[in-house]
Amino acid sequence: MERKLNISGILFFVAILIYLVNICGILGTVVFNSISKGWYSGIFPQHFTLEWYRYMANEHDLPQLLLATFTVTIVVVFVSLLIAFPTAYGLARYDFRLKGALLSALLLPMIVPPMAYGIPLATVLYRFHLATRLSGVIVANLVPIVPFMILILTPFIEQIGVNLEAAARILGASKVQTFFRVLVPLSLPGILTAGILAVVRTISMFELTFLVAGPKSQTIVVALYSDAYAAGARPPQAIDALAVVYFLIAMICLIVALKFTSPTQMVFKVK
Amino acid sequence: MNRRNLWLFFLPSLAFLVLLFVYPFLNGLYLGLTDAEGNFTLGNFTAFFGDPWERRTIWVTLKIALPATLINVLLAIPFAYYMRRGLRGEKVITFFLILPITLGTVLVSEGMLTYMGPKGWLNQFLMATGIVKGPVQFTHNYLGVLLSLVIQGFPFAFLMLLGYISGIDPNLERAAQMLGATKWQIFHRIIFPLVAPGIAIAFCLNFVMAFSVFPSAVLLGQPSGPTRVISIAAYQWAFEKFDFNMGSAIAMTMALIELLVIMLVMIWRQRIYKGASIVGKG
Repeated sequence: MERKLNISGILFFVAILIYLVNICGILGTVVFNSISKGWYSGIFPQHFTLEWYRYMANEHDLPQLLLATFTVTIVVVFVSLLIAFPTAYGLARYDFRLKGALLSALLLPMIVPPMAYGIPLATVLYRFHLATRLSGVIVANLVPIVPFMILILTPFIEQIGVNLEAAARILGASKVQTFFRVLVPLSLPGILTAGILAVVRTISMFELTFLVAGPKSQTIVVALYSDAYAAGARPPQAIDALAVVYFLIAMICLIVALKFTSPTQMVFKVK
Repeated sequence: MNRRNLWLFFLPSLAFLVLLFVYPFLNGLYLGLTDAEGNFTLGNFTAFFGDPWERRTIWVTLKIALPATLINVLLAIPFAYYMRRGLRGEKVITFFLILPITLGTVLVSEGMLTYMGPKGWLNQFLMATGIVKGPVQFTHNYLGVLLSLVIQGFPFAFLMLLGYISGIDPNLERAAQMLGATKWQIFHRIIFPLVAPGIAIAFCLNFVMAFSVFPSAVLLGQPSGPTRVISIAAYQWAFEKFDFNMGSAIAMTMALIELLVIMLVMIWRQRIYKGASIVGKG
C-alpha cells in the first residue's frame, strides 16, 4: 500500500534503518574478524587470511561437531513429529471436555524458561546416565520442540476437510491406508513447516544442550559459547571463525525456512 | 475412531510431558526441599534468601529483565501499528528482524563484543561523527546485557504484535474514522483494547526470555558481580559446586518468581480484555 511519507513514516524508517545497520554491523564484524590479520584499528582489516579457520578446525573436531549438531537436529525433528502429530490430529478433529486444560498443559514447557526446568531435567538425565550422551541432548531438546510442533500442526490439520477421510473410508480404504494415502499427503505442508521451523530452533537452542551435553555430544552453538567463555584461551579471530561456520548453517536453514513460512509464523502465537 | 479411544491420540504427548517435564520438575522441587542425605529441610531456600550475595541475584535479574521487556514491548507497539497494513520493503525488514532471533544469543553476543568494543565499528562511527569524545563502554557491563536483550527481544515482540494487529478487521478502523474519531482515539479506543491480549502475551514471553538470560549475561556482562543473574547462580550451584539440591532450589525460585509476574500480567489482561473482534489471521 502506497502512502505519503509523514513524520511517523520518517521516524519508522530511520529507527528500522538504525536497527538493521547495527544487526549488519554485529554480523559483519564477526565475518571480517574471522578472515582478518592484525585488524587492530581502521574500518576494514588490511590483510586477509584463512589461517583462523585452519586453527579452529585443528582445535575442534569439526566433523564431529557438525555430525553431533545434525544428528541431534534430525532426530529431534522426527521424534517430535511422531509425538506431536497424533496430538495435533486429536486437537484438530475432536471437541471434548478439558480440551483447553489439556492444551495449556501441553504448552506449559513454552512459558517456563529453559534454565528453570533445564537444571532439574539435567539432574534427572544425569541420574539415568543419559546426560553427556547424544541421546540425552536429543531428549532434552524435545521438551520445547514438541509443544511448538503441536501448536503449528493443529491449524494445518484443521484445514483438511473431514469429508476426505470419510470418503476414503467409504470407498474401502483401511485406517492405515487412509492415514498414509490421504491424511499424510494432505498435511504435508504443515509437516514441512513445522519440521523446518523445528530445525531452526534446535540448531540455535543453547541452554538445554549446554546443560546436558558432554564433550562428544555438544552442538556447534555450545562449542561456540565455550570458546567465547574462555576468551583468553584462543585468539578472538579463531572464535569468530567458528561463529561464521555456525552462522552459515543457521542462515541456510533460515533461508530454506522462509521459503515455506512467513517470519510472523516463526514467532509462536498463543491465543 | 471411537470417541472412547480418543485418549490414544494424546497418549504419546502426555507421556512425553509427564516423563520429561512434570517428573523432572517435581523431582527438582523434591531436591530443593531436601538436603544431600534426602532429609526434608528448608535449608536450601533459607540459605539462598539468607545470603545477601545470592539473594541480590533476584534483584539483579529483575533490574535487567523488566526494563528490557518494557522497552521491547513499548517499542514494538508503534512499529507494529505502523506496519499493520504492510509496507514496501516489508520482506527485507522482517528478514533482518528474524535474523537475531534465529541466530541465537551466543552468536549475537560474540558479535557485539567486537562490534561494540572500544575499537569496534560502532565506537569508530560515534567518534568520527563527533557524537562522543572517547569510546563508550557498551560491553562487559549492565548496558551490554540490556542491549543484547533488546536486539533479540524487540523483533520477537514486534513480529508477535504484528501478527495480532494485522489480524484486526480494518473495517473497524474505517468505521471509527467515518464517525469522526481522531487517529489517537482510533488507536486508544479501538486498536489497543483489541491488541491488549497480544501485548500481554508478548510481554510474558519476552519476560520469560529476559528473566532466564544466561549466555549474554556471562559473555557481555560482569558475571562475577553486577550482572550475576539468578540463572548464573543456579548454574554455578548445580554444575560448578555440584550441589544439585541448592541448584534445584534456585531454579524453582526462578520459576516461581517468573510465574508470579506472568500471573500479574494475565490478571491485567483479564481486566482490559473486552471480547474478540479479531478476524482472519487472529
